[in-house]
Amino acid sequence: MLAFDYRRPLVIEDALSLKKEWGVSSSLLMGGTDLFLAIDEGARSPEMLIDLKNIKELKTLEEKEGYVIIGAGTTYSELIDSELIHSTLPGIWESSRLVASMGVRNAATLVGNICNAVPSAESAAPLLVRDAMVHLSSLKENRIIPINDFFTGPRKTVLQSDEILTKVAVPLVMGEFGESYVKLGRYRGEDIAQVGVSVFVDSDFNYKIAYCAVGPVPMRIPKAEDLLRGKDISPELIEKAQAAILDTVSPIADIRASREYRIHMCRIMFEKAVGAAVSRMKTSQPEYGIRLI
Amino acid sequence: MVREIEFILNGFNQTLSVKPSEKLIDVLRDRLGVTSVKYGCGKGECGACTINLDGKTVRSCLMYAVEIDGRTIETIEGFPRLGKREIQDIYIKHNAFQCGFCAPGFILSTEELLNMISDPSEEEIKEALAGNLCRCTGYKNILEAVAEMVDIRKREKAL
Ligand code: FES
Ligand code: FES
Repeated sequence: MLAFDYRRPLVIEDALSLKKEWGVSSSLLMGGTDLFLAIDEGARSPEMLIDLKNIKELKTLEEKEGYVIIGAGTTYSELIDSELIHSTLPGIWESSRLVASMGVRNAATLVGNICNAVPSAESAAPLLVRDAMVHLSSLKENRIIPINDFFTGPRKTVLQSDEILTKVAVPLVMGEFGESYVKLGRYRGEDIAQVGVSVFVDSDFNYKIAYCAVGPVPMRIPKAEDLLRGKDISPELIEKAQAAILDTVSPIADIRASREYRIHMCRIMFEKAVGAAVSRMKTSQPEYGIRLI
Repeated sequence: MVREIEFILNGFNQTLSVKPSEKLIDVLRDRLGVTSVKYGCGKGECGACTINLDGKTVRSCLMYAVEIDGRTIETIEGFPRLGKREIQDIYIKHNAFQCGFCAPGFILSTEELLNMISDPSEEEIKEALAGNLCRCTGYKNILEAVAEMVDIRKREKAL
Protein backbone atom coordinates (compact mmCIF):
# COMPACT_ATOMS: atom_id res chain seq x y z
CA MET A 1 0.00 0.00 0.00
CA LEU A 2 1.10 3.54 -0.73
CA ALA A 3 2.24 5.71 2.12
CA PHE A 4 0.19 8.82 2.71
CA ASP A 5 0.41 11.84 4.92
CA TYR A 6 -2.27 12.81 7.41
CA ARG A 7 -3.72 16.06 8.74
CA ARG A 8 -6.46 16.70 11.25
CA PRO A 9 -7.62 20.31 10.91
CA LEU A 10 -9.76 21.87 13.63
CA VAL A 11 -11.68 24.35 11.51
CA ILE A 12 -13.36 24.01 8.16
CA GLU A 13 -11.28 26.79 6.56
CA ASP A 14 -8.11 24.81 7.15
CA ALA A 15 -9.70 21.69 5.71
CA LEU A 16 -10.75 23.63 2.62
CA SER A 17 -7.22 25.03 2.18
CA LEU A 18 -5.81 21.52 2.38
CA LYS A 19 -8.39 20.30 -0.10
CA LYS A 20 -7.49 23.10 -2.51
CA GLU A 21 -3.79 22.38 -2.14
CA TRP A 22 -4.03 18.60 -2.53
CA GLY A 23 -7.12 18.25 -4.74
CA VAL A 24 -7.58 14.82 -6.30
CA SER A 25 -4.58 13.41 -4.48
CA SER A 26 -6.32 13.87 -1.15
CA SER A 27 -9.13 11.93 0.50
CA LEU A 28 -11.49 13.18 3.18
CA LEU A 29 -11.81 10.96 6.22
CA MET A 30 -14.73 10.95 8.66
CA GLY A 31 -15.95 7.55 9.92
CA GLY A 32 -13.67 5.89 7.41
CA THR A 33 -15.67 2.69 7.13
CA ASP A 34 -15.83 2.95 3.32
CA LEU A 35 -12.63 4.89 2.64
CA PHE A 36 -10.45 2.52 4.62
CA LEU A 37 -11.44 -0.44 2.45
CA ALA A 38 -11.15 1.60 -0.75
CA ILE A 39 -7.55 2.41 0.19
CA ASP A 40 -6.88 -1.15 1.30
CA GLU A 41 -8.14 -2.56 -1.97
CA GLY A 42 -6.29 0.02 -4.04
CA ALA A 43 -9.43 1.68 -5.40
CA ARG A 44 -8.20 4.95 -3.87
CA SER A 45 -4.60 5.91 -3.31
CA PRO A 46 -4.48 9.32 -1.68
CA GLU A 47 -1.22 11.07 -0.87
CA MET A 48 -2.95 13.10 1.82
CA LEU A 49 -5.65 12.01 4.21
CA ILE A 50 -7.63 14.93 5.63
CA ASP A 51 -9.34 13.77 8.83
CA LEU A 52 -12.42 15.93 9.49
CA LYS A 53 -13.41 14.31 12.79
CA ASN A 54 -12.15 17.13 15.01
CA ILE A 55 -14.00 19.92 13.19
CA LYS A 56 -16.76 20.84 15.65
CA GLU A 57 -18.96 22.76 13.22
CA LEU A 58 -19.44 19.61 11.12
CA LYS A 59 -21.06 17.89 14.11
CA THR A 60 -24.34 19.86 13.90
CA LEU A 61 -27.66 18.12 14.15
CA GLU A 62 -30.43 20.67 14.54
CA GLU A 63 -33.63 22.20 13.24
CA LYS A 64 -33.14 25.58 11.63
CA GLU A 65 -35.40 27.79 9.50
CA GLY A 66 -37.63 25.02 8.23
CA TYR A 67 -34.87 22.48 7.69
CA VAL A 68 -33.28 19.68 9.64
CA ILE A 69 -29.54 20.12 9.29
CA ILE A 70 -27.41 16.98 9.38
CA GLY A 71 -23.72 17.90 9.64
CA ALA A 72 -21.11 15.82 7.85
CA GLY A 73 -19.80 14.50 11.17
CA THR A 74 -23.11 13.05 12.35
CA THR A 75 -22.86 9.27 12.76
CA TYR A 76 -25.68 6.85 12.12
CA SER A 77 -25.83 6.07 15.83
CA GLU A 78 -26.32 9.77 16.57
CA LEU A 79 -29.16 9.92 14.02
CA ILE A 80 -30.82 6.88 15.57
CA ASP A 81 -30.52 8.34 19.08
CA SER A 82 -31.96 11.70 17.99
CA GLU A 83 -35.56 12.48 18.88
CA LEU A 84 -35.49 15.25 16.26
CA ILE A 85 -34.70 12.75 13.51
CA HIS A 86 -37.22 10.23 14.78
CA SER A 87 -40.05 12.76 14.82
CA THR A 88 -39.29 14.84 11.72
CA LEU A 89 -37.42 12.47 9.40
CA PRO A 90 -38.77 9.04 10.34
CA GLY A 91 -37.81 7.54 6.97
CA ILE A 92 -34.18 8.51 7.51
CA TRP A 93 -34.40 7.22 11.07
CA GLU A 94 -35.85 3.92 9.86
CA SER A 95 -33.20 3.47 7.17
CA SER A 96 -30.33 4.43 9.48
CA ARG A 97 -31.22 1.55 11.79
CA LEU A 98 -30.70 -0.85 8.90
CA VAL A 99 -27.18 0.31 8.07
CA ALA A 100 -24.66 -2.46 8.77
CA SER A 101 -24.25 -3.06 12.52
CA MET A 102 -23.91 -1.05 15.69
CA GLY A 103 -20.10 -1.09 15.66
CA VAL A 104 -20.12 0.33 12.13
CA ARG A 105 -22.93 2.82 12.79
CA ASN A 106 -20.94 4.24 15.72
CA ALA A 107 -18.35 5.47 13.22
CA ALA A 108 -20.06 5.71 9.83
CA THR A 109 -21.83 8.91 8.78
CA LEU A 110 -24.79 9.62 6.51
CA VAL A 111 -22.78 12.22 4.58
CA GLY A 112 -19.96 9.72 4.09
CA ASN A 113 -22.49 7.26 2.75
CA ILE A 114 -23.75 9.60 0.03
CA CYS A 115 -20.26 10.91 -0.82
CA ASN A 116 -19.10 7.35 -1.37
CA ALA A 117 -21.97 7.25 -3.87
CA VAL A 118 -22.19 3.55 -4.54
CA PRO A 119 -25.44 2.61 -6.32
CA SER A 120 -26.59 0.90 -3.11
CA ALA A 121 -25.98 3.97 -0.88
CA GLU A 122 -28.34 3.29 1.99
CA SER A 123 -29.25 6.88 2.80
CA ALA A 124 -29.81 8.08 -0.75
CA ALA A 125 -33.38 6.82 -1.18
CA PRO A 126 -34.79 8.34 2.05
CA LEU A 127 -33.04 11.66 1.27
CA LEU A 128 -34.36 11.65 -2.31
CA VAL A 129 -37.99 11.32 -1.22
CA ARG A 130 -37.54 14.27 1.15
CA ASP A 131 -35.97 16.53 -1.50
CA ALA A 132 -32.90 17.06 0.66
CA MET A 133 -30.37 19.75 -0.28
CA VAL A 134 -26.64 19.15 -0.01
CA HIS A 135 -24.31 21.99 0.96
CA LEU A 136 -20.92 22.03 -0.75
CA SER A 137 -18.12 24.37 0.25
CA SER A 138 -14.81 25.34 -1.27
CA LEU A 139 -12.53 28.29 -0.57
CA LYS A 140 -14.07 30.23 -3.41
CA GLU A 141 -17.79 29.50 -3.07
CA ASN A 142 -20.62 27.67 -1.32
CA ARG A 143 -23.21 25.85 -3.42
CA ILE A 144 -26.46 24.16 -2.52
CA ILE A 145 -27.59 21.29 -4.75
CA PRO A 146 -30.73 19.13 -4.69
CA ILE A 147 -29.83 15.56 -3.78
CA ASN A 148 -31.50 14.49 -7.02
CA ASP A 149 -28.70 16.22 -8.99
CA PHE A 150 -25.89 15.07 -6.70
CA PHE A 151 -25.18 11.56 -8.01
CA THR A 152 -23.72 11.39 -11.51
CA GLY A 153 -22.64 7.74 -11.79
CA PRO A 154 -21.41 4.80 -9.73
CA ARG A 155 -19.03 6.34 -7.15
CA LYS A 156 -19.38 9.68 -8.93
CA THR A 157 -20.95 12.91 -7.71
CA VAL A 158 -20.91 16.61 -8.61
CA LEU A 159 -18.34 17.22 -5.83
CA GLN A 160 -15.29 19.03 -7.22
CA SER A 161 -11.76 18.19 -6.11
CA ASP A 162 -11.55 21.30 -3.92
CA GLU A 163 -14.97 20.88 -2.31
CA ILE A 164 -16.27 19.43 0.94
CA LEU A 165 -19.87 18.38 1.55
CA THR A 166 -20.44 20.08 4.89
CA LYS A 167 -24.08 19.26 5.59
CA VAL A 168 -27.39 17.99 4.30
CA ALA A 169 -30.49 20.12 4.83
CA VAL A 170 -33.83 18.31 4.75
CA PRO A 171 -36.98 20.44 4.49
CA LEU A 172 -39.52 19.92 7.25
CA VAL A 173 -42.95 18.77 6.15
CA MET A 174 -46.02 20.45 7.65
CA GLY A 175 -49.14 18.38 8.19
CA GLU A 176 -49.63 14.66 8.12
CA PHE A 177 -47.29 12.44 6.14
CA GLY A 178 -46.04 8.90 6.14
CA GLU A 179 -42.86 7.36 4.84
CA SER A 180 -41.06 4.07 4.77
CA TYR A 181 -37.78 2.44 3.85
CA VAL A 182 -37.58 -1.20 2.91
CA LYS A 183 -34.24 -2.91 2.48
CA LEU A 184 -33.36 -6.26 1.06
CA GLY A 185 -30.17 -7.63 2.61
CA ARG A 186 -28.87 -11.13 3.06
CA TYR A 187 -28.76 -11.12 6.81
CA ARG A 188 -28.95 -8.66 9.64
CA GLY A 189 -25.73 -6.86 10.42
CA GLU A 190 -24.66 -6.81 6.79
CA ASP A 191 -23.98 -3.53 5.13
CA ILE A 192 -25.07 -3.67 1.54
CA ALA A 193 -28.59 -3.39 0.18
CA GLN A 194 -29.47 -5.58 -2.79
CA VAL A 195 -32.51 -3.37 -3.30
CA GLY A 196 -33.68 -0.42 -1.21
CA VAL A 197 -36.86 1.58 -1.64
CA SER A 198 -38.26 4.68 0.05
CA VAL A 199 -41.79 5.98 -0.25
CA PHE A 200 -43.15 9.27 1.05
CA VAL A 201 -46.81 10.32 0.96
CA ASP A 202 -48.60 13.40 2.31
CA SER A 203 -52.28 13.82 3.18
CA ASP A 204 -53.12 15.04 -0.36
CA PHE A 205 -51.68 11.80 -1.68
CA ASN A 206 -48.60 13.33 -3.22
CA TYR A 207 -46.16 10.44 -3.49
CA LYS A 208 -42.41 10.35 -3.80
CA ILE A 209 -40.66 7.10 -4.59
CA ALA A 210 -36.94 6.37 -4.72
CA TYR A 211 -34.82 3.26 -5.18
CA CYS A 212 -31.20 2.38 -4.59
CA ALA A 213 -29.11 -0.53 -5.90
CA VAL A 214 -31.20 -1.00 -9.05
CA GLY A 215 -29.40 1.36 -11.42
CA PRO A 216 -26.10 3.23 -11.79
CA VAL A 217 -27.27 5.87 -9.31
CA PRO A 218 -29.99 5.99 -6.66
CA MET A 219 -33.09 7.36 -8.39
CA ARG A 220 -36.59 8.79 -8.08
CA ILE A 221 -39.38 7.20 -10.11
CA PRO A 222 -41.38 10.21 -11.45
CA LYS A 223 -43.55 8.08 -13.73
CA ALA A 224 -44.93 6.08 -10.84
CA GLU A 225 -45.30 9.22 -8.69
CA ASP A 226 -47.40 10.89 -11.43
CA LEU A 227 -49.62 7.85 -11.79
CA LEU A 228 -50.44 7.80 -8.11
CA ARG A 229 -50.77 11.54 -7.50
CA GLY A 230 -53.95 12.53 -5.66
CA LYS A 231 -55.20 8.97 -5.23
CA ASP A 232 -55.37 6.55 -2.36
CA ILE A 233 -53.76 3.22 -3.14
CA SER A 234 -55.64 0.26 -4.56
CA PRO A 235 -54.37 -3.07 -5.89
CA GLU A 236 -54.89 -1.91 -9.50
CA LEU A 237 -53.04 1.36 -8.94
CA ILE A 238 -50.17 -0.41 -7.22
CA GLU A 239 -49.88 -2.72 -10.18
CA LYS A 240 -49.70 0.21 -12.61
CA ALA A 241 -47.09 1.91 -10.45
CA GLN A 242 -45.06 -1.30 -10.31
CA ALA A 243 -45.06 -1.45 -14.11
CA ALA A 244 -43.80 2.14 -14.23
CA ILE A 245 -41.09 1.28 -11.71
CA LEU A 246 -39.90 -1.71 -13.70
CA ASP A 247 -39.75 0.53 -16.80
CA THR A 248 -37.41 2.90 -14.99
CA VAL A 249 -35.01 0.70 -13.01
CA SER A 250 -32.11 -1.17 -14.61
CA PRO A 251 -30.64 -3.52 -12.04
CA ILE A 252 -27.53 -5.55 -12.75
CA ALA A 253 -26.61 -9.06 -11.65
CA ASP A 254 -23.73 -9.29 -9.23
CA ILE A 255 -22.38 -11.52 -6.50
CA ARG A 256 -25.25 -10.57 -4.18
CA ALA A 257 -28.31 -11.07 -6.38
CA SER A 258 -29.36 -11.84 -9.93
CA ARG A 259 -31.03 -9.25 -12.13
CA GLU A 260 -34.29 -11.22 -12.17
CA TYR A 261 -34.39 -11.47 -8.40
CA ARG A 262 -33.80 -7.74 -8.03
CA ILE A 263 -36.59 -6.96 -10.51
CA HIS A 264 -38.95 -9.29 -8.67
CA MET A 265 -38.06 -7.69 -5.32
CA CYS A 266 -38.54 -4.17 -6.73
CA ARG A 267 -42.21 -5.05 -7.20
CA ILE A 268 -42.75 -6.80 -3.89
CA MET A 269 -40.89 -4.21 -1.85
CA PHE A 270 -42.80 -1.34 -3.45
CA GLU A 271 -46.09 -2.86 -2.37
CA LYS A 272 -44.83 -3.19 1.22
CA ALA A 273 -43.29 0.26 1.26
CA VAL A 274 -46.23 2.16 -0.20
CA GLY A 275 -48.66 0.24 2.01
CA ALA A 276 -46.72 1.15 5.14
CA ALA A 277 -46.26 4.81 4.11
CA VAL A 278 -49.98 5.35 3.41
CA SER A 279 -51.01 3.55 6.56
CA ARG A 280 -48.58 5.61 8.64
CA MET A 281 -49.92 8.81 7.10
CA LYS A 282 -53.47 7.85 8.07
CA THR A 283 -53.03 6.02 11.37
CA SER A 284 -49.37 6.34 12.48
CA GLN A 285 -49.17 2.54 12.24
CA PRO A 286 -47.15 0.38 11.75
CA GLU A 287 -44.58 1.97 14.03
CA TYR A 288 -41.39 3.24 12.40
CA GLY A 289 -38.51 0.81 12.67
CA ILE A 290 -40.66 -2.30 12.34
CA ARG A 291 -39.24 -4.63 9.73
CA LEU A 292 -41.44 -4.43 6.66
CA ILE A 293 -40.05 -7.53 4.94
CA MET B 1 5.80 11.05 7.82
CA VAL B 2 5.72 9.71 11.33
CA ARG B 3 3.28 11.02 13.92
CA GLU B 4 3.45 10.98 17.70
CA ILE B 5 0.13 9.91 19.14
CA GLU B 6 -1.06 9.91 22.72
CA PHE B 7 -4.04 8.00 23.98
CA ILE B 8 -5.37 6.07 26.94
CA LEU B 9 -5.44 2.29 26.67
CA ASN B 10 -7.26 0.43 29.42
CA GLY B 11 -6.57 3.21 31.87
CA PHE B 12 -2.90 3.75 31.00
CA ASN B 13 -1.40 6.61 29.02
CA GLN B 14 0.35 5.53 25.86
CA THR B 15 2.64 7.46 23.57
CA LEU B 16 3.61 5.98 20.25
CA SER B 17 5.11 6.95 16.91
CA VAL B 18 3.09 5.68 13.99
CA LYS B 19 3.03 6.06 10.24
CA PRO B 20 -0.33 7.42 9.05
CA SER B 21 -0.96 4.25 7.06
CA GLU B 22 -0.52 1.90 10.04
CA LYS B 23 -3.77 0.15 10.88
CA LEU B 24 -5.06 0.40 14.39
CA ILE B 25 -5.62 -3.35 14.67
CA ASP B 26 -1.98 -4.06 13.74
CA VAL B 27 -0.64 -1.48 16.17
CA LEU B 28 -2.78 -2.89 18.98
CA ARG B 29 -1.86 -6.49 18.32
CA ASP B 30 1.73 -6.34 17.12
CA ARG B 31 3.11 -3.33 18.93
CA LEU B 32 1.08 -3.23 22.13
CA GLY B 33 0.33 -6.91 22.63
CA VAL B 34 -3.43 -6.39 22.77
CA THR B 35 -4.26 -9.73 21.21
CA SER B 36 -7.90 -9.90 22.29
CA VAL B 37 -8.51 -7.80 19.22
CA LYS B 38 -8.86 -10.43 16.49
CA TYR B 39 -8.42 -10.09 12.77
CA GLY B 40 -11.43 -11.85 11.25
CA CYS B 41 -12.70 -10.37 8.01
CA GLY B 42 -10.80 -7.09 7.92
CA LYS B 43 -13.87 -5.50 6.34
CA GLY B 44 -16.06 -4.44 9.24
CA GLU B 45 -18.43 -7.37 8.96
CA CYS B 46 -17.55 -9.85 11.71
CA GLY B 47 -16.91 -7.76 14.83
CA ALA B 48 -13.91 -9.82 15.99
CA CYS B 49 -11.72 -6.68 16.05
CA THR B 50 -14.15 -4.67 18.21
CA ILE B 51 -12.71 -2.12 20.64
CA ASN B 52 -14.45 0.43 22.83
CA LEU B 53 -13.47 3.94 21.73
CA ASP B 54 -14.68 6.78 23.96
CA GLY B 55 -17.56 4.64 25.19
CA LYS B 56 -18.68 3.26 21.82
CA THR B 57 -17.74 0.02 20.11
CA VAL B 58 -15.97 0.45 16.79
CA ARG B 59 -14.07 -1.73 14.34
CA SER B 60 -10.33 -1.48 14.84
CA CYS B 61 -9.84 -3.11 11.42
CA LEU B 62 -11.31 -0.02 9.75
CA MET B 63 -9.22 2.66 11.45
CA TYR B 64 -5.74 4.04 11.23
CA ALA B 65 -3.79 4.30 14.44
CA VAL B 66 -3.24 8.06 13.95
CA GLU B 67 -6.97 8.60 14.29
CA ILE B 68 -6.98 7.63 17.96
CA ASP B 69 -4.71 10.46 19.07
CA GLY B 70 -6.25 12.02 22.19
CA ARG B 71 -8.88 9.32 22.63
CA THR B 72 -9.63 6.53 25.09
CA ILE B 73 -9.63 2.84 24.21
CA GLU B 74 -10.84 -0.10 26.24
CA THR B 75 -10.36 -3.74 25.34
CA ILE B 76 -11.17 -6.94 27.19
CA GLU B 77 -7.62 -7.01 28.63
CA GLY B 78 -8.56 -4.01 30.71
CA PHE B 79 -11.93 -5.25 31.90
CA PRO B 80 -10.76 -6.89 35.17
CA ARG B 81 -8.97 -3.78 36.37
CA LEU B 82 -11.75 -1.52 35.13
CA GLY B 83 -14.14 -3.57 37.29
CA LYS B 84 -16.01 -5.05 34.35
CA ARG B 85 -15.46 -8.79 34.75
CA GLU B 86 -19.10 -9.60 35.29
CA ILE B 87 -20.22 -10.03 31.68
CA GLN B 88 -17.23 -12.26 30.98
CA ASP B 89 -18.05 -14.48 33.94
CA ILE B 90 -21.64 -14.96 32.87
CA TYR B 91 -20.59 -15.81 29.34
CA ILE B 92 -18.25 -18.43 30.82
CA LYS B 93 -20.99 -19.78 33.08
CA HIS B 94 -23.24 -20.33 30.07
CA ASN B 95 -20.45 -21.93 28.09
CA ALA B 96 -21.21 -19.35 25.47
CA PHE B 97 -18.01 -19.86 23.48
CA GLN B 98 -16.18 -22.71 21.88
CA CYS B 99 -13.06 -21.43 20.11
CA GLY B 100 -13.52 -17.99 21.67
CA PHE B 101 -12.32 -16.03 18.64
CA CYS B 102 -15.50 -13.94 18.65
CA ALA B 103 -15.70 -13.60 22.44
CA PRO B 104 -14.00 -10.24 23.05
CA GLY B 105 -16.20 -8.60 20.43
CA PHE B 106 -19.39 -10.09 21.86
CA ILE B 107 -18.50 -9.06 25.39
CA LEU B 108 -17.71 -5.48 24.35
CA SER B 109 -20.93 -5.21 22.35
CA THR B 110 -22.91 -6.58 25.28
CA GLU B 111 -21.35 -4.06 27.61
CA GLU B 112 -22.19 -1.18 25.27
CA LEU B 113 -25.78 -2.37 24.93
CA LEU B 114 -26.30 -2.62 28.70
CA ASN B 115 -24.83 0.85 29.19
CA MET B 116 -27.35 2.24 26.71
CA ILE B 117 -30.43 0.21 27.63
CA SER B 118 -30.58 -1.39 31.06
CA ASP B 119 -33.52 -3.61 30.21
CA PRO B 120 -33.23 -4.50 26.50
CA SER B 121 -35.83 -6.62 24.73
CA GLU B 122 -34.78 -9.77 22.89
CA GLU B 123 -35.07 -7.81 19.65
CA GLU B 124 -32.77 -5.10 21.00
CA ILE B 125 -30.23 -7.69 22.14
CA LYS B 126 -30.23 -9.34 18.73
CA GLU B 127 -29.84 -5.99 16.98
CA ALA B 128 -26.94 -4.96 19.22
CA LEU B 129 -25.11 -8.24 18.58
CA ALA B 130 -25.98 -8.51 14.87
CA GLY B 131 -22.55 -7.22 13.86
CA ASN B 132 -20.72 -9.95 15.77
CA LEU B 133 -20.42 -13.25 13.97
CA CYS B 134 -19.74 -16.57 15.66
CA ARG B 135 -19.05 -19.66 13.58
CA CYS B 136 -19.13 -22.10 16.51
CA THR B 137 -21.96 -21.69 18.95
CA GLY B 138 -25.13 -21.10 16.98
CA TYR B 139 -25.67 -18.07 19.24
CA LYS B 140 -28.12 -19.77 21.59
CA ASN B 141 -25.83 -19.82 24.63
CA ILE B 142 -24.67 -16.31 23.89
CA LEU B 143 -28.24 -15.00 23.97
CA GLU B 144 -28.92 -16.92 27.17
CA ALA B 145 -25.87 -15.40 28.80
CA VAL B 146 -26.98 -11.89 27.86
CA ALA B 147 -30.50 -12.60 29.07
CA GLU B 148 -29.15 -13.62 32.48
CA MET B 149 -26.95 -10.54 32.57
CA VAL B 150 -30.03 -8.41 31.95
CA ASP B 151 -31.87 -10.17 34.78
CA ILE B 152 -29.00 -9.60 37.18
CA ARG B 153 -28.82 -5.92 36.32
CA LYS B 154 -32.58 -5.64 36.84
CA ARG B 155 -32.36 -7.27 40.25
CA GLU B 156 -29.44 -5.03 41.23
CA LYS B 157 -31.49 -2.00 40.27
CA ALA B 158 -34.53 -3.18 42.22
CA LEU B 159 -32.48 -3.41 45.43
S1 FES C 1 -12.00 -8.02 11.54
FE1 FES C 1 -12.90 -6.12 11.89
S2 FES C 1 -14.98 -6.55 11.61
FE2 FES C 1 -14.07 -8.42 11.02
S1 FES D 1 -16.84 -19.39 19.72
FE1 FES D 1 -15.78 -19.74 17.90
S2 FES D 1 -16.33 -18.02 16.71
FE2 FES D 1 -17.58 -17.81 18.43
